[in-house]
Amino acid sequence: MVQINLPENSKVKKGKYYKDTTGSKNIKKVNIYRWDPSSGEKPRIDTYEVDMDNCPSKVLDLLNKIKNEIDSSLAYRRSCSHGVCGSCAMNMDGKNGLACTKPHAEIDGDINIYPLPHLKVKKDLIGDLSILYKQYESIEPWLKTNKKVEAKEIYQSREDRSKLDGAYECIMCACCSTACPSYWWNGDKYLGPAVLLQAYRWIIDSRDDERKERLKKVADEFKLYRCHTIMNCTNACPKGLNPAKAIAEIKKMLATN
Amino acid sequence: MSSYKIIDHEYDVVVLGAGGSGLRAAVGLSEAGLKTACISKVFPTRSHTSAAQGGISAALGNMGEDDWRWHMYDTVKGADWLGDQDCIEYLCKEAPRAVIELERYGVPFSRTEDGKIYQRPFGGMTKNYGNETVQRTCAAADRTGHAILHTLYGQALKHNTEFFIEYFALDLLMKDGACKGLIAWNLDDGTIHRFRSHITIIATGGYGKIYYSSTSAHTCTGDGNAMILRAGLPLQDMEFVQFHPTGIYGHGTLISEGVRGEGGYLVNSKGERFMERYAPKAKDLASRDVVSRSIAIEINEGRGVGKEQDHVHLHLSHLDSKVIEERLPGISESSRLFANVDVTKEPIPVVPTVHYNMGGIPTNYKAEVMTVNGSEKIVPGLMAIGEAACVSVHGANRLGSNSLIDLVVFGRAAAKRAAELVKPETPHEEISESETEKCLERFDKLRNANGENKTADLRLAMQKTMQLKCAVFRTDKTLKEGINDIRKSFDGMENISVKDKSLIYNTDLVETLEFDNLIRQAIITMDSAYQRKESRGAHARDDFPKRDDEKFMKHTLSWCNGKETKIDYRPVHKTTLTSDVQYFPPQERVY
Repeated sequence: MVQINLPENSKVKKGKYYKDTTGSKNIKKVNIYRWDPSSGEKPRIDTYEVDMDNCPSKVLDLLNKIKNEIDSSLAYRRSCSHGVCGSCAMNMDGKNGLACTKPHAEIDGDINIYPLPHLKVKKDLIGDLSILYKQYESIEPWLKTNKKVEAKEIYQSREDRSKLDGAYECIMCACCSTACPSYWWNGDKYLGPAVLLQAYRWIIDSRDDERKERLKKVADEFKLYRCHTIMNCTNACPKGLNPAKAIAEIKKMLATN
Repeated sequence: MSSYKIIDHEYDVVVLGAGGSGLRAAVGLSEAGLKTACISKVFPTRSHTSAAQGGISAALGNMGEDDWRWHMYDTVKGADWLGDQDCIEYLCKEAPRAVIELERYGVPFSRTEDGKIYQRPFGGMTKNYGNETVQRTCAAADRTGHAILHTLYGQALKHNTEFFIEYFALDLLMKDGACKGLIAWNLDDGTIHRFRSHITIIATGGYGKIYYSSTSAHTCTGDGNAMILRAGLPLQDMEFVQFHPTGIYGHGTLISEGVRGEGGYLVNSKGERFMERYAPKAKDLASRDVVSRSIAIEINEGRGVGKEQDHVHLHLSHLDSKVIEERLPGISESSRLFANVDVTKEPIPVVPTVHYNMGGIPTNYKAEVMTVNGSEKIVPGLMAIGEAACVSVHGANRLGSNSLIDLVVFGRAAAKRAAELVKPETPHEEISESETEKCLERFDKLRNANGENKTADLRLAMQKTMQLKCAVFRTDKTLKEGINDIRKSFDGMENISVKDKSLIYNTDLVETLEFDNLIRQAIITMDSAYQRKESRGAHARDDFPKRDDEKFMKHTLSWCNGKETKIDYRPVHKTTLTSDVQYFPPQERVY
C-alpha cells in the first residue's frame, strides 16, 4: 500500500478567539490563518470579532483595523493600498485578490482570509514568492535591441504600442499563478500565467529584436504547455488582465511560425 | 548584544532602496563594474514609484517646440526660488537624455501619431518662460511610474545587481564623520547584516506617513532620513510638504494631474470653475501649491461640495471617452474602486492630500550628501537620491512630473560620481563594534518593549497632530501647539509595547521601528515650519502671507537628537552650473 502523508503543517487547528470589546451591534467574524515559524507550533485559525460600523470598505482596512486595534502580531504585506504595488495579494473568501481593492461587503457571513494558495508560508498571510521571482528573471524582462543610435527613442506606432495594453499593467501580485491548478502541481517547472504574460509582453513589443529567441525559449512542454486553458488565472486577476489569452497567443505564434 | 547573529558583507557601494532612483543608481553602478548591493524592505516592484501616474518631464519637443531652459525656468518658479539653480540646470539639461535612455530600456511610453514618445501638458510647465502651456510630460498612459519601475527592475536583473530583499535597514555605520556602510535586519530569517561599503546611497523615498491623509504608501516612512538624523546629520527644508490638489475624498488615493492636463477641471458647490479666479492664465494647470491653496480657500469660505462641504469636484466627463480610455485608464479604475464614481458620467470628489516631501537629505548635484559646519561640507561615503534627497531642485514646491525625472537623473549622477570616487575592490577599513552595539541596543529595546502604548495609537496621534497643526495653511498658533503636541507622541515611545517578540517577519516591530523613524521627521517638520516666518511655495503662513526673500531666501537645516532639535540655515545657490543659461532672479510668482 502506498502511504500518503500530508506535510506536518498542513493540519490547521482552531486558534484564539478575540471577542469584541467595543459593544458594537454590527459585528463580523473574521477568521485568519496564522502561523509563526518561530513558535514551533502548528498553524491555526484565529477569529476576530470586528466592529464593522467603524471600518472602511476594503479587506485591507479590516486587516489594518485588526492589527492596529486588536492584535498587532498579525503579519501581512501591504504598501500602496490602491492596487498598484501588488503587495497585499491573498485569498479572501476562497478567492485570490488584492486586499486593498476587495470590498469586504462583497463577502457574506464570516470572512475567511488565507495566504495565497500553494505557496510556502513564511508567516501568517505572507507567502514565499521567490520561485515566481526567479521564473520572472528567467524570461529576461528587458528590451533587446540591435538599434545603435542612442540619441533618439525607438519609434513605435500607436498600433504596435497598443499591443502592450493588457500586458504591461501586470503588478506581479501572483493572484493568477497561485489560482492555477497546473501551477500548483508543477510550479517549479511550469512558468505559470503571471510570468508567461510578461514573456508575452516582451515577445510582442515591436521594438524588441529577439522575438524568435524569446518564443523558442518558452516553447517547452513544461514552461508553456502545462497551461491547460483552465482560465482560473483570468478569473483571478485583480487588474482585469487576461493571462490565459496571452498564453494562447504565444501557443498560436509557435504553431503558425 | 551577542545574542544576535551578525553576518558581515563587503561591497564597493550599497544602495538602500529599490524604487526608481535606487534601481537607476544600481544599474549604473553595476555597469561601472562596482560590486553593488541593493537593499530594500520590499520587493523592488512594490516600491512607491509604482504609484506615480501622470508622467516624467523632459524638454523633448515631441509635441511642439521646447527648450530645457524653459523647463528650468518653470522649475525655478515652481520652487518659488528656493531651488538651487545649478542643480536645476543639471536636472533639466540631463532630462531628455534620461527619458530616451528609459525608452531604450523598454518603458512602454504612449505614442504620438508619428511614433514618438507622447507628451501631455502638466501644471506649471510652460513655453518661452511662462508664456503658454507646453506639452512636456512624457507619459505611459496614467501608469508612468509603474511602467518605469518595472522596466528599471528588469534592467537591474540584466546587470545582475545583487539584491537583499525584505531587509529592514536600521542604522548607518559612521566613523569620524564618514559613512562606512549600514546595518540591516533580514525579515526572512531574523539575522542582522552588517554591510561595509565605500559609499552608501540612500534612496528610501519620502515620509508622507507622518500625516493622517496622504497618497503615500504604508511603506513611505522616510527610514533613510531618520538614519541620517540618528547619525547626527541634518535634513533640509523639511517644512515643505506638498499637498496634491486631487486626492480622492475620504480615501486619499491619488488622481493624477494628468486628468487636468488632458482637459479636466475643478468645480465648487456653485458650479464655478474657481481656478480661473486664482490663476487666470494657467487655471487648473497652475502649480500644485497654488491649486491646493485655492481649493482650501473655497472650502474654508463655504463653497465646498458634499454633505460637509469639505471637498470639491474634478470634472472629466466632458472629455472624449477615447481619451479617457487610452490615456487615463488607471484613474478611471481608482475612481470606480475608491469613490464609486464612473468618470465618464460623474465628477470625482477630491481634496488636497499630502503627496510629496520637497525636504530631505541635503545633497549637491552629484548626489553627495552635505552638511553645514560654517560652510557647506561633503559627508564622505554618503549619497542620497530620489524623494529622500533634497538636492534641492524642487525648492519650496515641486512641479508635477519633475519627481520621476529627478529619480533617474540623480540616480544616474550618483552612480557616475561613485564610479569616479571608488576603485573597485578597495579594501575596507576596520570599524569599531560600538556603532553596531549602539544600533542593536535601540533595536533590542524596542523589540522587548512591554509598555502600555500601542504603536498604532502613537502613530495615529502623530498623524492627526500633523494633519491638524501643519496643514495647507499654518499659523504661529497652530505650529506652536503642534510643536508641543507632536512631542507627546514622541514621549509615548518611552512606554511603548511590541507584542510580537520574534525576529521573522515581525511586522509589529517593523511598524514600531518605522514609527521611531517617522516621529523624528514629524518633529523637525513642525519645528522647521514654525521657524520659517514667511509664505513660500507649499509653506503657507496665514500670519506671514508674503514671501520674504530678504530674511528667508535660504535652506532650513535641522538636526534632531531625540525630541531636541537644532535649526540652522544655508544660502540658496544663486549661480548656474554653466554659462549655457543665466541665473533667474526672484520674481513675483503668478500663474
